[in-house]
Amino acid sequence: MTAAAQPHTSIRLRGRSLLAFVVAPETPLDAWLDNLDAWLAKSPGFFAGRPVLLDVTGLKLDRKSLAELLAALRERDVRIMGVEGADPAWLKLGMPPPVSGERQSGMAEVLDGAMSKGGMAAAGDSPKTLVIDGPVRSGRSVVHPGGDVTVTGSVASGAEVIAGGSIHIYGALRGRAIAGSTGNSSARIFCNAFEAEFFGIDGLYRTADEMDPRCRGQRVQIRLDGERLTMAPLNGKRQGR
Amino acid sequence: MSKVVVVTSGKGGVGKTTSTAALGAALAQTGDKVAVVDFDVGLRNLDLIMGAERRVVFDLINVVQGDAKLHQALIKDKRLETLSLLAASQTRDKDALTATGVARVINELRQKFDWVVCDSPAGIERGATLAMRHADTAIVVSNPEISSVRDSDRIIGLLDSKTLKAEKGEELDKHLLITRYDGERAGRGEMLTNEDVLEILSIPLLGIVPESQEVLRASNLGAPVTISSPMCAPARAYRDAVRRLKGETVAMSVPSDQTGFFSKIFGRRAA
Repeated sequence: MTAAAQPHTSIRLRGRSLLAFVVAPETPLDAWLDNLDAWLAKSPGFFAGRPVLLDVTGLKLDRKSLAELLAALRERDVRIMGVEGADPAWLKLGMPPPVSGERQSGMAEVLDGAMSKGGMAAAGDSPKTLVIDGPVRSGRSVVHPGGDVTVTGSVASGAEVIAGGSIHIYGALRGRAIAGSTGNSSARIFCNAFEAEFFGIDGLYRTADEMDPRCRGQRVQIRLDGERLTMAPLNGKRQGR
Repeated sequence: MSKVVVVTSGKGGVGKTTSTAALGAALAQTGDKVAVVDFDVGLRNLDLIMGAERRVVFDLINVVQGDAKLHQALIKDKRLETLSLLAASQTRDKDALTATGVARVINELRQKFDWVVCDSPAGIERGATLAMRHADTAIVVSNPEISSVRDSDRIIGLLDSKTLKAEKGEELDKHLLITRYDGERAGRGEMLTNEDVLEILSIPLLGIVPESQEVLRASNLGAPVTISSPMCAPARAYRDAVRRLKGETVAMSVPSDQTGFFSKIFGRRAA
């Protein structure tokens, strides 16, 4: 049997958003590395097990000095998971891949001793449910891997809501909704008027073209039934399976 | 207490410039001092709609960059002495607008006028964000078409995040102006209804301007429609919108040029 004969075999892909440190060296690099050494001497193992990106934007490095910089960081046990601002052609096999276009989450100026405790743990402490009062306008992206998202208004066409848990929309869902993005197959999507462009739960997705047209404009809930996305009207009655 | 109003939409061709001119003129007709400012640097149009294209000496960019004084660049309207225009530059582009320069010009305008009406360029880039930056009130112009409504929704999101008022945590006044409304097409289901548009955008309605040949005629004449033919349907719609903008309560209706049963039947042939 050819692969084309089984169009419905789906590969599960998940989105994962995590907070990474971005290391942005400054020129001259020798002085910067000396500085890093002094700093690492005070906080040994600071980078151990943490995701780190290297940002070389504006450094005007050539291919050779980039390789040297990566080697110097490797020597210091700073493992780089991606390089930003470098010519992608310079990043050969065995070097970290190029990355671009991340969302900045504010400059984390690391001062002496400031990272002694807590630090990265903050991301995990966010409240379980994120409540958006009012509509989610077109072009806006609400990402909340830590739990449920409740929207009291509508989610516009061209807007998206991504939640680690369930998504509750008290207006119309006209944009995209992705629940259970961190691998939660019991997450659900609820909305008051279903006109979505795209939706998904735990890595299984469907576009507007593939939806049951009878559900359009209705109050629905969407959930995973094993490996199938099921959509059912939400009418207060208990649903049989 | 002067007010800075931005007329914006996201999408092009929905009637921002026409509405800026018509609303600006209608505000000036009430006796308030009004400046209309064209932010569409590089693609200026407001001067044409206002019929002042032969009188532009200095423009917004000259004032922003300090090459000319504001009073040198302001063009007084020949029909309404309370109305002035600050034209955009046609030879420059939006990068010539600086944030500090725009802030200074808007502050100067605030001191001279009761209303500063800024005509935003289409898009969500520098020109559009600088035009909305200092606004107290936004008029979001939208046609009853799905593409226009989605772009307006995007603009409302920007108004709620990128304006000075939003950054200070204050609520920016937002109003929806539906333009090019065609009652017949809406009746046949070829357009979104006003209710659909309002439901999607969920901001208060300032007015509904019907599609009309008068608007086209006015822009060819180089006069805001509220000056060129003050009794036609779109002009009445703009005047009602201005009364609402000034805080009056006016019942919402779609003005029509057809007055009675006979004109409904014979209207087109008789006109």
